[in-house]
Amino acid sequence: MNRSQTHRSRRRILKALHLLGLFLIMALICIPGLWIVLNSFRPTVEILAKPPVWTPTFTLEHYRAMFGGAGEGGVPVFHYFSNSLIVSVASTVIAIFIGMGGGYAFARYRFRFKNGYFVGLMLFRAVPGVALSLPLFIVFAQVGLIDTHIGLILVYVAMNVPFTIWLTDGFFRQIPKEFHEAAEIDGCTRWQAFWKVEFPVARSGVASAAIFAFLTSWNEFALASQLTRSVGSKTMPVGLLDFTAEFTINWGGMCALAVLMIIPALVLTFIVQKHLIAGLTFGGVKG
Amino acid sequence: MAKHLRVFRHTPEHRKKGTMRRRLPEWFVLLLPAFIIMAAVVLIPLVFSLYSSFTPYKLTRPSTLWRWIGTSNYEKILTDVKFWSAFGRTILFLTIALNLELLFGLLIALMVNKVTLGQRTIRTILMFPMMFSPILVGFQFKFIFNDNIGLANNALQALGISDAALPWLVDGKLAMFSIIFAEVWMSTSVFAVLILAGLFAIPRDPLEAAKVDGCTAWQTFRHITLPFLMPFIFIALTIRSLDVARAYDIVQIMTGGGPAGRTELIWTLMSRTGYVDARMGLANAMGYVSILLSIAFTIYFFKKLSAARSELGFGDKI
Repeated sequence: MNRSQTHRSRRRILKALHLLGLFLIMALICIPGLWIVLNSFRPTVEILAKPPVWTPTFTLEHYRAMFGGAGEGGVPVFHYFSNSLIVSVASTVIAIFIGMGGGYAFARYRFRFKNGYFVGLMLFRAVPGVALSLPLFIVFAQVGLIDTHIGLILVYVAMNVPFTIWLTDGFFRQIPKEFHEAAEIDGCTRWQAFWKVEFPVARSGVASAAIFAFLTSWNEFALASQLTRSVGSKTMPVGLLDFTAEFTINWGGMCALAVLMIIPALVLTFIVQKHLIAGLTFGGVKG
Repeated sequence: MAKHLRVFRHTPEHRKKGTMRRRLPEWFVLLLPAFIIMAAVVLIPLVFSLYSSFTPYKLTRPSTLWRWIGTSNYEKILTDVKFWSAFGRTILFLTIALNLELLFGLLIALMVNKVTLGQRTIRTILMFPMMFSPILVGFQFKFIFNDNIGLANNALQALGISDAALPWLVDGKLAMFSIIFAEVWMSTSVFAVLILAGLFAIPRDPLEAAKVDGCTAWQTFRHITLPFLMPFIFIALTIRSLDVARAYDIVQIMTGGGPAGRTELIWTLMSRTGYVDARMGLANAMGYVSILLSIAFTIYFFKKLSAARSELGFGDKI
């Protein structure tokens, strides 16, 4: 009787600790992001107030300033946004097609030095952006690709292709060969068999590769900061620097731009969330 | 069987294509675009930078590109105390950050796995930091750890834990803590999400058998759950090792390598040498050391991944 009681109370304590731990973790994950969102709606005076003001007042001051003219501390948000969108979407689409071809080749064909090619591609991906940005800057300056969309798109395609190959390779490997063989017997060409039979099965792998490619391009800074110069090609992460002066940072304005930057990534990730996890685990672990 | 079918399909039209393809095998055609883009965007600049790392190249004086000075840049680096301390700090930073991320990721995954209500919501929240741009994470924590108006100090003072403002980004040790905190905040979710997926996929039978045999919770975890999770852990480590250099964005924004070089990592040192001092040759030599570092991490985890995979019978590729 006594023993079962201590047992029960121990379990209750464990349960309470579990809930407390979860709560703390969720708080730690959420608070920094929420802090940014919150401060994008607070007047600058309040952000800089000392002692701190704990009851926030609501204002759209920063958003109004950001979308306003240059004189009011505005930044070319629409340009940055559309540059980011063009570059990210274009590079994602191209990287997915190129990567899918590569993934299919690794999953379906036997050839010499296959593992060597595979590791080689992955190692190219491991080259740090900063280390690449120095020589890339000089090469791009020679061929006139600095400060263009095409230049950035090329770079991001190259960044995303190896990872796409890795994920899609794992997925195509899961599909039994009999699928496309049966389709070919029924009169499909290899090309048709791929699109009608194999692609639909591997869709969630492709979706997760796409979201990763998009997020990588959308969020990339080290290369973009060197390869873009003007409003014509600067992306959002580079635009964040517009709010920094030598010794001061316009925190409110920066938070407002940050919110605009997170929203598309957030929406997109929620839409394909299920595919994301499936893609990573199946593509990577069982590939 | 497949051979048989192929013979069957050999109409004249096909044979024409067949001879074309014999020169360029299909796998090669499929991989060609990937090879071309990697060669154009990564290989050519890398070859160029390898060459320039043997010259005293300065952006401001282009003619210096044609003067060959041998391994002098590398010798300069290898005897430079500043470089070695940045290198050592980078290794230390990565070791601490990766271990903490793995540990927290495992803990979080185990805790979330036990939840019965609202698990989907929690999992969604877990993925939140994955969507943040590293540079944004840098700004965010620069803001939060600001000694004057940051959330961290405001909260500590309001709760009465500390009277004075802690100089989070100004004191060397605290600055290192702050950048590790930011890095761990950003990357733990990759581990948590992947390990959680592993926990979902774990087969029930061995767990129940262990229970019947009277294993303690720790024994079950140590001998059944953990070995099964190993491939998932290594895939997370491999994915992470591909972009360890993302930490550059964070550190560059939060401290810029300061105070007095106390958070200088190999990447910030390289970018300062290249862009601020315009000494491209020297910076590219440093770049090569950093590339080798990244590659070493990647190969190490890839090897571990394949070992864990074949142990569980997932196949023996890479």
